[in-house]
Amino acid sequence: MTPLLFLLTAVAGGVGAVLRFVLDGVIRSRFPTFPIGTLVINVSGSFVLGLVTAVALGGLVPPEALAVLGVGLMGGFTTFSTASFETVRLIGGRRYGAALVTSVGMLIASVLAAALGLWLGSLF
Amino acid sequence: MAEARPAWANWGLIGLVFVGGSLGTATRAALALAIDPTDGFPATVMAINVAGALLLGALLEALSRRGADEGARRRIRLLTGTGFLGGFTTYSALATDSVVLAAGSPALALLNALGTLVLGALATWLGIVLAARGDRGRAHRVRAHR
Repeated sequence: MTPLLFLLTAVAGGVGAVLRFVLDGVIRSRFPTFPIGTLVINVSGSFVLGLVTAVALGGLVPPEALAVLGVGLMGGFTTFSTASFETVRLIGGRRYGAALVTSVGMLIASVLAAALGLWLGSLF
Repeated sequence: MAEARPAWANWGLIGLVFVGGSLGTATRAALALAIDPTDGFPATVMAINVAGALLLGALLEALSRRGADEGARRRIRLLTGTGFLGGFTTYSALATDSVVLAAGSPALALLNALGTLVLGALATWLGIVLAARGDRGRAHRVRAHR
């Protein structure tokens, strides 16, 4: 990875983090009781990474695009630490059903979204 | 009415998230470049996610014990939590790697997905416990100095 590509990847990660911050804020203002923002972010980001990965594997876009859009933008947009924290906080508040949604539910939905993205991307 | 403006519509706070997110992503990318995946298993991403979960648990617990989420505490949370640790850890790679792994070895895919989930939750809990213990020690020291 060239220094310029590394820098672009990092900046894309910063942009992804800002997108997550703003989108989570907007969703939180509409649904204040359940942390659905992280769910929407991680599922949609997994779909896009799957799509970009498959398109890059097919040679339609260069591997540099996978670094900037995948490792950078989608890596910075999606997050594991917040999802894990929300799960532990819900368990602490005895909201076990909601904790199951933010842990296993989010994982299954994200894996399915990534699989859908990979499949769609392989058609090109 | 500057107080009523939400954090995500404040350019200064957005800037903190951007700087933290860029540095967190750069750290993750550097670690991924430095450490080759062992036999195709994404151990580096798993370690990054578990370590980030521990750090976020400790950070949010330590900040909440020091007072309300406002002023300097909110800026620290957005720079290091939402920004750095949010950009450092990733969910899209966890999901995509698991799908790619499943094609070759469903067992490894399950180990990656569920292993990260369980270790991450335990790490978050450990981070919270460690920060709570550290905060009690701090409270004792503050009292002893009075």
